[in-house]
Amino acid sequence: MPVNAELAGRSYPPSPPYLVGREKVREFARAVLATSPLNLDPDAARAAGYADVVAPPTFAVVVQEHTLAQLLDDPDSGIDFSRVVHGDQRFSFTRPIVAGDELTATLTVTSVKSLGGHSMVTAETAVLDADGGHVVSAISTLVVRGGE
Amino acid sequence: MSAREGLAVGDVVAERSFHLTRDTLVRYAGASGDFNPIHYRDDIAVSVGLDGVLAHGMLTMGLAVQPVVDWLGGDSGKVLDYQVRFTRPVYVDAEAGADVTVVAKVGVLETLQDGRATARIDLTAAFGGETVLGKAQVRVALA
Repeated sequence: MPVNAELAGRSYPPSPPYLVGREKVREFARAVLATSPLNLDPDAARAAGYADVVAPPTFAVVVQEHTLAQLLDDPDSGIDFSRVVHGDQRFSFTRPIVAGDELTATLTVTSVKSLGGHSMVTAETAVLDADGGHVVSAISTLVVRGGE
Repeated sequence: MSAREGLAVGDVVAERSFHLTRDTLVRYAGASGDFNPIHYRDDIAVSVGLDGVLAHGMLTMGLAVQPVVDWLGGDSGKVLDYQVRFTRPVYVDAEAGADVTVVAKVGVLETLQDGRATARIDLTAAFGGETVLGKAQVRVALA
């Protein structure tokens, strides 16, 4: 089944609130080989003006992931997950994610293109804090390889 | 910081080499929630046409920005925008692991309308002599 060309412009309901835990941030920071005390030590983060440890830039993918699952699980999308390759990724920040944030994420499909038998699906996930303020937008292009 | 004064396009601001092992991949899988078995099972990786277990693209993206964060005095909050294209797999051998080198260079210096000084830092991430990320750009606040 080909990717549904009508997908462009479609939005999914906001993800359930994600509470950013201090230990999760530290675990993620160690996993991406971060060494900054601001990612690992609450006292160092507070001394730099943050409420708690600061998440590394790519931590936003953990929150974005829930919204990509909505897209991939949508039977109407026509996206065969076994044929999906991550093409590119972007994070555009208003402010960094900090432990204690309660985040919700809403995905919108911004474009669907065909290129040499493959489909390129670009989706933008807006991540907001509990006050509705913008934190980061996470933008992914998924390459769906064409059938034989 | 004074280190950023006199900064010029083309300056290398940071370099770091990362040694990845299968252990690194398992830790990233757990921390990120990405449990795709191509990142820990050779048989499954080979069955979908890969040479073997490869690093998560998001792990490569995540570590490639770290030298820049360190250059920013450890303040990852100064990263305003970060993008990459995934161009080649990083295969992580079960015994030898894999070495990824990252070089961060000033691509553009710019002052925003609100007066904030920013830089676009261009990253070159390489494995086995070939680049693994394309258009890897980090926009950072300099003040």
